[in-house]
Amino acid sequence: MKNYKFKIEGLDCANCANELESELRELDLINNVSISFMTEKLSFDCEENNIDEVLKEIKKVIKREEPDVSIEEM
Amino acid sequence: MNKKMKKQLLRIIISGIMLLFSMLVSINVKYINNIIFIIAYFIIGYDILLKAFRNIKRGKVFDENFLMAVATIGALCIGNIPEAVSVMLFYQVGELFQSYAVNKSRKSVAALMDIRPDYANVIRNDKHIKVDPNEVNIEEIILVKPGEKIPLDGIIVEGSSMLNTLALTGEAVPRSVKKGDEVLSGCVNNEGILKIKVTKKFGESTVSKILELVENANSRKSSSEAFITKFAKYYTPIVCAIALVLAILPPLILNQPFNTWIYRALSFLVVSCPCALVVSIPLSFFGGIGASSSIGVLVKGSNYLEALSNAEIVVCDKTGTLTEGVFKVQKIEAISISDEELLKYAAYAESFSNHPIALSLKEAYGKKIDNKKITDTKEISGKGVQAKIDGKEVLVGNEKLLKEKNIDFNKSKDIGTIVYIVIDNKYCGYIVISDKIKEDSYKAVSSLKENNVKKIVMLTGDKTDISREVSEELKLDEFHSELLPQDKVKKLEKLMLEKSNEGKLIFVGDGINDAPVLALSDIGVAMGGLGSDAAIEAADIVIMTDEPSKIAEAIKISHKTMRIVKENIVFAITVKIAVLVLSALGIATMWSAVFADVGVSVIAILNALRILKVNK
Repeated sequence: MKNYKFKIEGLDCANCANELESELRELDLINNVSISFMTEKLSFDCEENNIDEVLKEIKKVIKREEPDVSIEEM
Repeated sequence: MNKKMKKQLLRIIISGIMLLFSMLVSINVKYINNIIFIIAYFIIGYDILLKAFRNIKRGKVFDENFLMAVATIGALCIGNIPEAVSVMLFYQVGELFQSYAVNKSRKSVAALMDIRPDYANVIRNDKHIKVDPNEVNIEEIILVKPGEKIPLDGIIVEGSSMLNTLALTGEAVPRSVKKGDEVLSGCVNNEGILKIKVTKKFGESTVSKILELVENANSRKSSSEAFITKFAKYYTPIVCAIALVLAILPPLILNQPFNTWIYRALSFLVVSCPCALVVSIPLSFFGGIGASSSIGVLVKGSNYLEALSNAEIVVCDKTGTLTEGVFKVQKIEAISISDEELLKYAAYAESFSNHPIALSLKEAYGKKIDNKKITDTKEISGKGVQAKIDGKEVLVGNEKLLKEKNIDFNKSKDIGTIVYIVIDNKYCGYIVISDKIKEDSYKAVSSLKENNVKKIVMLTGDKTDISREVSEELKLDEFHSELLPQDKVKKLEKLMLEKSNEGKLIFVGDGINDAPVLALSDIGVAMGGLGSDAAIEAADIVIMTDEPSKIAEAIKISHKTMRIVKENIVFAITVKIAVLVLSALGIATMWSAVFADVGVSVIAILNALRILKVNK
């Protein structure tokens, strides 16, 4: 397991961040998901060789839940 | 203000002007006024409507965009056109203000922790080149000019300077460094040019460790945050359900006009947005954590900041925490020769030893020791040393040594380590060496008591008489001495039982050998975190300097944070419920509903920002 951090931009409010966080928790391949509205950070743990697939899944969820939100590497 | 916010401001101004114009200037043809209203409505609200439409498709009906869209479209349908436009307008003003405030606090907290170096000047092939700190390897030499941040941990190989550690420790007095000194990344070089040999990769450097800690701080959420998230989860559906009932039942039962009750129901929808409530709580904690970092106290999560405010028992380690952890000559008591001379003989006799006692004697003497004058040095294990200095037979050691050699002396009643000196079989006096209590410890004890800490306890492995003196001097409530590490755990377990249900126990140590007790206590605080990885990892709170009074400062910030959090929760919920009741009764208009939504959130945010104004 490795910890990954991404900058997450475009969140409207703290509640939206909480909701998106709980949606992302549903994903199987990642653990310890946390979205901080204040620091605009998405952090999660996953296996290193899964990261590409995980990112795809995360982006899918974001597109479904909050289409205005984007994530990028820091 | 960023681009997005500027665009929003422009929309607010344009539709605001149109709204005012249409309200004040009534044109004979009534439709024209309405058309202007509708255009203003779309200018200000098109993005909300768009998002709302998208949300319907995925069934997210409790989203604030959806709620605002329904409320305003509803108002348009029942003919309250100006009101619909103004509700949308004020909602957008509130949103703009909210993102402005959040942005601003993000920036000010980031500024408090402005320690990330952007580049490193590395010397390669006799040229210095600017590179990303990540690309510098161990053993490479970097150049740090005045005004620049030290990018990586290392050892100075050339130059000397004063370092500003303000951002790291909250300490304003610069630290002087010279060749051979170890320096930490994140400090700012004030004066000379320094050449530094890198000892750690950027990822392992102090600055990275600290930033990682601060950046992760918000992932540990407090119970207040959990409460408000939970509250929001139930609050919105309940309010929406009541709105629905309100729109349908009273007109049917009481046979009243639908329009009145639909209007009241729409006000409910406006108030039902949970966001105003949710944003101010993490913002308060964020500010609290930022404020404590600015005084050199790193808190690893809002849960710990929350716990600090209930601190009841503070347990301290002695050496290195309350005392300086460095042995120093405290007293010189010479008979027949001068104090200076007594110290000289002691320092000479101990000159070959590296024992802490010997080091402190040499430090107190302060002059260069001429090794040629010393002959026949002999260490007497556990008792002291014997040496010939300038042809004189000198004995330096403890009581046992003098008794063994049958020398008459007056036993000292001083507390600490006593070193007796005998010259040519004649007792010449003694020197007291002990660990000094930190000046700051006195302040720490009194300000902890002022901040509702009921009990301060010291746990130490040191001897009982030394511990008692420290404890009495500092007026501690309790002390336990001569403890082995496992005894400390047992004592702490006992103390954990003494606190009340709500109360928390803080353990403060220097992070060395304290891992079990740090883990066992409610809040583990490691002190002197600067440069000690182990301490940073093990503790919940890291104090960057070695001042114990910082704990009291942090408790003060936590009290302030919790007060603001409570104020915000109570204020927001009270106003919302009051407006709900008033609109159900038909007293409050949709205007007050907008206030209950965005107005409350703006006030709560402003209130939260107060935390950042901690007296620095």
